[in-house]
Amino acid sequence: MRVREDFPMLESRMNGKHLVYLDNAATTQKPAAVIDRMTQFMRHEYATIHRGVYTFSQLSTRECDLVRERCRRFVNAERASEIIFTRGATEAINLVAASFGRKFLKKGDEIIISEMEHHSNLVPWQALCEEKGLLLKVAPINDKGELLLDEFEKLLAARTYFVAITHVSNALGTINPIREIIKMSHHAGAAVLVDGAQAAPHLKVDVRDLDCDFYCFSGHKIYGPTGVGVLYGKARHLEAMDPYQYGGDMIESVDFKKTTFAKPPAKFEAGTPAIVEIIGLGAAFDYLQKIGWEAIHAHENELLDYATQALSQIPGLAIIGTAQEKASLISFVLDGIHPHDIGTVLDQEGIAIRAGHHCTQPVMKHFKVPATARASFAFYNTREEVDALVKAIHKVLEIFR
Amino acid sequence: MTQEVKLDELYQEVILDHNRRPRNFGKLDDATHYAHGHNPLCGDDYHLYLKIDENGKIQKITFEGSGCAISKSSASMMTTFLEGKNGDEAEKLGSHFIGFMTKDTLSKEDREAVGRLKLFEGVRHFPVRVKCATLAWQALLNAVTGK
Repeated sequence: MRVREDFPMLESRMNGKHLVYLDNAATTQKPAAVIDRMTQFMRHEYATIHRGVYTFSQLSTRECDLVRERCRRFVNAERASEIIFTRGATEAINLVAASFGRKFLKKGDEIIISEMEHHSNLVPWQALCEEKGLLLKVAPINDKGELLLDEFEKLLAARTYFVAITHVSNALGTINPIREIIKMSHHAGAAVLVDGAQAAPHLKVDVRDLDCDFYCFSGHKIYGPTGVGVLYGKARHLEAMDPYQYGGDMIESVDFKKTTFAKPPAKFEAGTPAIVEIIGLGAAFDYLQKIGWEAIHAHENELLDYATQALSQIPGLAIIGTAQEKASLISFVLDGIHPHDIGTVLDQEGIAIRAGHHCTQPVMKHFKVPATARASFAFYNTREEVDALVKAIHKVLEIFR
Repeated sequence: MTQEVKLDELYQEVILDHNRRPRNFGKLDDATHYAHGHNPLCGDDYHLYLKIDENGKIQKITFEGSGCAISKSSASMMTTFLEGKNGDEAEKLGSHFIGFMTKDTLSKEDREAVGRLKLFEGVRHFPVRVKCATLAWQALLNAVTGK
């Protein structure tokens, strides 16, 4: 794929070497299309949305509405009003925990999450459980890092009213059988939130096909800017839920005696939103559409296979997370060498990877490792970059031999 | 400075040796002082045990846990340095070492004050790793000052 020239940052050098950027699961680099659109908007089009009677404000409002519509298409939602702009996936999950969970879950009710959740899809639910006297149940994974679907099904009980589960694991790469999970959960009467932060960059998301109640992701992981994310929610939920934050833009009318709230999505978007970032996110949607999911899948899967092969040959290297269905991400450990030392040596070779617990301490505990090194690939990565990674890991082995 | 030199300065042979064969590694059952050193960012996690006699002398010091080469070798070398010293000396050396790792610029005196531990100076080129080098010493200060 000829896409590297679209990403100015990929031309950078780090520690005197060509940058090999393999930390895409943390955040992706930005194409010029996104950077330029945001700059253009700030230079020549910027004004607040909703409030102004003047032309530029109306144009800003229209641009943001168009991004909401593009986002609707991106996840194939039925209506644009089912798309809420948040600060990111984390805020989206917190919003659902606060506005749906706090309102509809009662003492003694149960929430199911999985063992592979990112802390951001674990801690909000844990806090809600403590606050409301709910029970948090955890669906286990096997040693390949796959969710045990049978065990999950067994956990579904009469009082299970909510399931929060990741589509793709950020620490293991596992793609969960989310459609079956949703079906089972609905059968048991539970609503489902899918954390799509790691899925949206790699898979075509179709919320109507999945039939999920909520779906969320972050803009900065799909080649858009930081500070903006998306929550999809079924219209009937969004209408029934309480607001998340209170302030301007989310009201219908305000009086000292009584305030009535706007309809979704405005009801959940108090205050001036991240206008510039929303515009940038729109450019990212356009860019991804131009590249196309087929091309993205083909390239990323090929890279994943190539890298898995190459890394497996390295003596003392163990891949953590070997699920049948995986996104293009490889967590690994080297015998007797701490991931942080791997990260430091690779950094000196110009290679950016992640070393740590990836905000998934329960996953680390399952695999009995304190941390892992993680190389995560985007469609702009190349075989040559995988080769550079392998070469650098051999250097690590040399130093620590 | 080239990248190779930087890495060589970081991972010096002595440091690698202490990482491979940490000294005084294990739990101390009759410890009088204990501290836990944990860096949540990278997961480095150590338990520090000291047996200090009535005269304030460190009779025995051990550690256990897991972490990167820098944190482990630093903890290991710390234990070899402190056995037989008294608590006040340990505290003083700890403060010197943490200063040595974190000060913007080092004087000749700063280097002399830490003796052989100055081989950790290479870590200063890697700001995110400084905490690895100071983790065990920070735990030591907590243990001897009871904080």
